[in-house]
Amino acid sequence: MILHELIDFEILRVIWWALLGVLLIGFALTDGFDMGVGALLPFVARTDTERRVAINTVGPVWEGNQVWFILGGGAIFAAWPPLYAVSFSGFYLAMFAVLAALILRPVAFKYRSKRADARWRRGWDWALFVGGAVPALLFGVAVGNVLLGVPFYLTEDLFSVYDGSFYGKFLGLLRPFALLAGVVSLAMLLMHGAAWLSLKAEGAVAARARRYGTVAGLVALAGYAAAGVWLAFGVEGYRMVGEVVRDGPSNPLFSEVERGGSWLAAYAERPWIVVAPVMGFLGILLAVAGLRAGREVSTLLWSKMAITGIIASVGLTMFPFILPSTVNPSSSLTVWDSSSSHLTLFVMLVATAIFMPLILAYTAWVYKVLWGKVTEEDVTGPGHSY
Amino acid sequence: MELDVVELSRLQFAATAMFHFLFVPLTLGLSIIVAIMETVYVMTNRPIWRQMTKFWGTLFGINFVLGVATGITMEFQFGMNWSYYSHYVGDIFGAPLAVEGLMAFFLEATFVGLFFFGWDKLSKVQHMVVAWLVALGSNFSALWILIANGWMQNPVGAAFNPETMRMEMTSFFDVVFNEVAQAKFVHTVSAGYVTAAVFVLGVSAWYLLKGRHVELARRSITVAASFGLAAALSVVVLGDESGYSATHTQKMKLAAMEAMWETHEAPAPFTAVGLPDQEARETHYKVEIPWAMGLIGTRSLTHEIPGINELEAESADRIREGLIAYDALMEIRENRGAVTPELRERFEAHSDDLGYAFLLKQYVEDPREATDAQIAMAAEDTIPGVAPLFWAFRGMVALGFAFIGVMAYFFVQANFRGMRFPRPALWLAVAIIPTPWIAAELGWFVAEYGRQPWTVDGVLPTALSVSHLSVQDLLITLAGFVLFYSVLFVIEMALMVKYIRRGPVEDVEETEKWMERHTHRLRTHDGKGPFATPAE
Repeated sequence: MILHELIDFEILRVIWWALLGVLLIGFALTDGFDMGVGALLPFVARTDTERRVAINTVGPVWEGNQVWFILGGGAIFAAWPPLYAVSFSGFYLAMFAVLAALILRPVAFKYRSKRADARWRRGWDWALFVGGAVPALLFGVAVGNVLLGVPFYLTEDLFSVYDGSFYGKFLGLLRPFALLAGVVSLAMLLMHGAAWLSLKAEGAVAARARRYGTVAGLVALAGYAAAGVWLAFGVEGYRMVGEVVRDGPSNPLFSEVERGGSWLAAYAERPWIVVAPVMGFLGILLAVAGLRAGREVSTLLWSKMAITGIIASVGLTMFPFILPSTVNPSSSLTVWDSSSSHLTLFVMLVATAIFMPLILAYTAWVYKVLWGKVTEEDVTGPGHSY
Repeated sequence: MELDVVELSRLQFAATAMFHFLFVPLTLGLSIIVAIMETVYVMTNRPIWRQMTKFWGTLFGINFVLGVATGITMEFQFGMNWSYYSHYVGDIFGAPLAVEGLMAFFLEATFVGLFFFGWDKLSKVQHMVVAWLVALGSNFSALWILIANGWMQNPVGAAFNPETMRMEMTSFFDVVFNEVAQAKFVHTVSAGYVTAAVFVLGVSAWYLLKGRHVELARRSITVAASFGLAAALSVVVLGDESGYSATHTQKMKLAAMEAMWETHEAPAPFTAVGLPDQEARETHYKVEIPWAMGLIGTRSLTHEIPGINELEAESADRIREGLIAYDALMEIRENRGAVTPELRERFEAHSDDLGYAFLLKQYVEDPREATDAQIAMAAEDTIPGVAPLFWAFRGMVALGFAFIGVMAYFFVQANFRGMRFPRPALWLAVAIIPTPWIAAELGWFVAEYGRQPWTVDGVLPTALSVSHLSVQDLLITLAGFVLFYSVLFVIEMALMVKYIRRGPVEDVEETEKWMERHTHRLRTHDGKGPFATPAE
C-alpha cells in the first residue's frame, strides 16, 4: 500500500500525539465527572434517596464515558506501543490499583440498588467512593512521575527494564511533586463532578455539591499554581541533543537525550502554548464563580475548559517528550521515536476519522435524550433507575 | 512446575481471560435474543413481549457489567505483564484493539445505558433500535478481538523490521481478512448464541417445572430453541472451518489435538478416543475411524497431514534457518547506517524463521552459540502438551453435537408438538445450563494452549514475551485477582439467582389483562389451554 505516504510520517506522529491528548482529555471530561461524583458521594448525599439521585445523574452514561479510558489504552497500544509497554509494566502495581478501582466502579453502579439492604448499599457507596477517588488521584500521580522522569531503560533488543526496587514500583511513585500532581487531578475532577451534580441534581444534593465544588476548585487552583512554580525551580527538564530525525524508525535508542534546563523552557521556544495554562487558571476561576452563583450549564463548560487547559499544558510543556527516563535519558520515549509504523498510524487515523464523528454524534444524541434534572421522584418511582 | 515470572504471567492471563469469558458469551447471545424479543413486541404490540424483553434484559445487565469490568483487565494486561510482546507486535496487534473501541465498544456502552433508562424517554421503535445497536456493538467487539487473536494464531500481513526490533504491519487488509480470524469470529459468536439459548431455555424450563410465568417461559423457549438450533448447527459447521484452516496455518496444533504422532498416508484416520502418551510418542488403546481425519482436515483423499514427529524435525530446520537471520540481525545492528544490500537480503531471506532462533534464548544467551542438543531441545519445545489438547478438543466437540440434539428436540416440541414438554426434558434443560460455558472455555484452552510455546505463532516465544517483573509483583496481583474476582463471582451469581427466582416484575398488570382478553388466541392446537400444567 502506498496510500499512507500521502501524509508524512512526521505529521502523522504529531497528529497521533495530539489525538492521544484528545483521548485523555475526552476521558477526563466525561468519565471525570463520574469519578468526581463517586468521590463526592459520601459528602454531598446523606440519605439513601439522595445518594440514588446522585448516582442516577451518571447512571445512564458512565458506561459510555468509561470507553474513553479503554479507547485511550487501545490507542496508546496501537499508536505508541513502546509507551504502552514501558509505562504499563513499569507502573505495574499502581496500574493494578487503578484497574481494581475501575472494575469495582461499574459493578457498584450496577449492583448497588439490586438489593434494599442498607449494609449492602453502604458497602457499594464505599466502592463508588474508592472507584472515583483512587483513579483520580493516581492518574495525577502518574502524570507527575512522567514530568519527573521514570527509572527505566531499554536494552538493545528494546526490552524495557524498570530499574526500581519492589517498593519503588509503588511507594516510589509517591514522590512529593507527583503527589501534588495527584492532588491537582483529584481536586479538578471533584470540581468537575460538583459542576455536573449542580446541573443534574436538585435541592440539598446540588447545594452541597456547589459548596464542596468551590473548595475543590480553589484547591485545584492553588495546587496547579504551586506545581507550576515547582516545575520552574525544582524539577529538571529534558532536551534532545544532536540531530533530531523526525521521520526515522521508531527506536528510542537512536536519538540522544540529556537532562538539564527546565521544562518551562518550552514557553520561551513556543510562546503560544501559554494558552493552555491560561485556559486552566481561567477555567477554574470561572467554574468556581459559577458554582458560587449557582449557574449550571456555563459552570460545567468552564470546568471542561479548565480540565482541557490543565491536561494540554502538561503535553505541550513536555513536547516532544512522552516518557523521559531518569536512569538512561537516551532511552526516553519521544514523539519522534516511539510511534507505530507509518502504515499503522495512517490506518488508525482513517479509522478514527470515520468513527470519531459518529461517536460524538450518537453520544450527543444520548445526552440530549437524557437531558434534564434527576429528581427524587425519578428514583423512588417505578422505572429502571439504579 | 517452577513458579517463575513466565509461568505466573501465563497463569494470571489464563485465569483472568477465562474469567472474562464467563460473561462474554452470554452477552453476545442474550443481546440478540433480547433484541429479537423486543422486535416481536414492536411488531405485534403484545405486552408480554415487552415483559420478556425487560426480564431477560435485567439478567443481561447483571451479566454485561462484569463482562465490561473484567474486559478492562484484558486490555491492560498486555502492557502490564507482556510488555515485550506489546513492544514486539503492538504495531499490528494494537490496531484491532483500538478499532474495537472506536467501532464497537463505544456503540454498545453508550446505548446500553439508554436501553435500561430510556423506556419512558424513547418511542417504541427508537428503543428497539437501541436494543439492536447494543447487540451489534457487542458482536462487532468480538469481531475485532478475534482479528487480534487470529493474528496471534496466523500472523499475516506483517514483517520484522530490524531497526525497530519489532514486527510491523505491511497490509491491514491481510490482518483483517485473515482466514483464521474470520473462522474464529463466526465460531466464537455462534458459541455465544448457543450459550444464551441454553441459558434462556434452562431458566424457562425451570419456570415451567414450577408452573410459574408459563406464558413468558413458553414464548422464551420458542425463541431460544429456534435461535439455539441455528446457532448450534453453525457452531459445529464453522468450528470445522477453523479446523480446516489449521491444517495449513497451525499444523502442529492440529497434530497435537489429534495426537497424530506419525504422518499417515492420505487419507488419515481420525482417532475418536485413546490415551495419548507424550513420552512414548504414541496413543494407546485408540479407536480409529478410517479416512475421517483426512476428509475433515484436508477435504480430500490425497493430501497428507503431517504428524508431530515430522513437524518437530521441520522445527529443527527452521531453528537453523532462523539462526542465519539472527546472525544477520546482529550484524545489521552493529553496522547501523552502513548496511549492505547483501546483508539485508540475507536477513530478509531468512527472517520468517527468526522467531525459531528466539526459542534458543531459554537455553543460551546468544542463540548462535547453541549446540545441536540445545537445538533439539528447542525443537521439542514446539510440541504442545498433547493429552490435554486431545481431551479438551473432544470434550468441546461432544458438547457441540449434544447442543444440536437438545435444541432440535425443543425446537420440534415447541413448534410442532403443541408446546408440550415432558418433565424429564425440562429437568435436562435446567441441568445443562453450565455446559456451554464449559465448551467455550475448552475451546479457548485448545486455541491458546495449543499455540504454545508461542504467543505469536512462529514469531515470538511466550518465554520472551513477558515484562520485567518480580515473582513477588506477580504473586501480589495474582492473589488480588483471585480474591477480587471470586467475590465478584459470588455476588453476580447471587444476584442472578435472586432475579431469576423473582421472575418478571414489570408490566405485570398490563400483561395479565392482555392475556385474559386473548385466552382464545393462546390456545394451543391440540385444544389444551395455555395454562394447563406443562407436564401434560
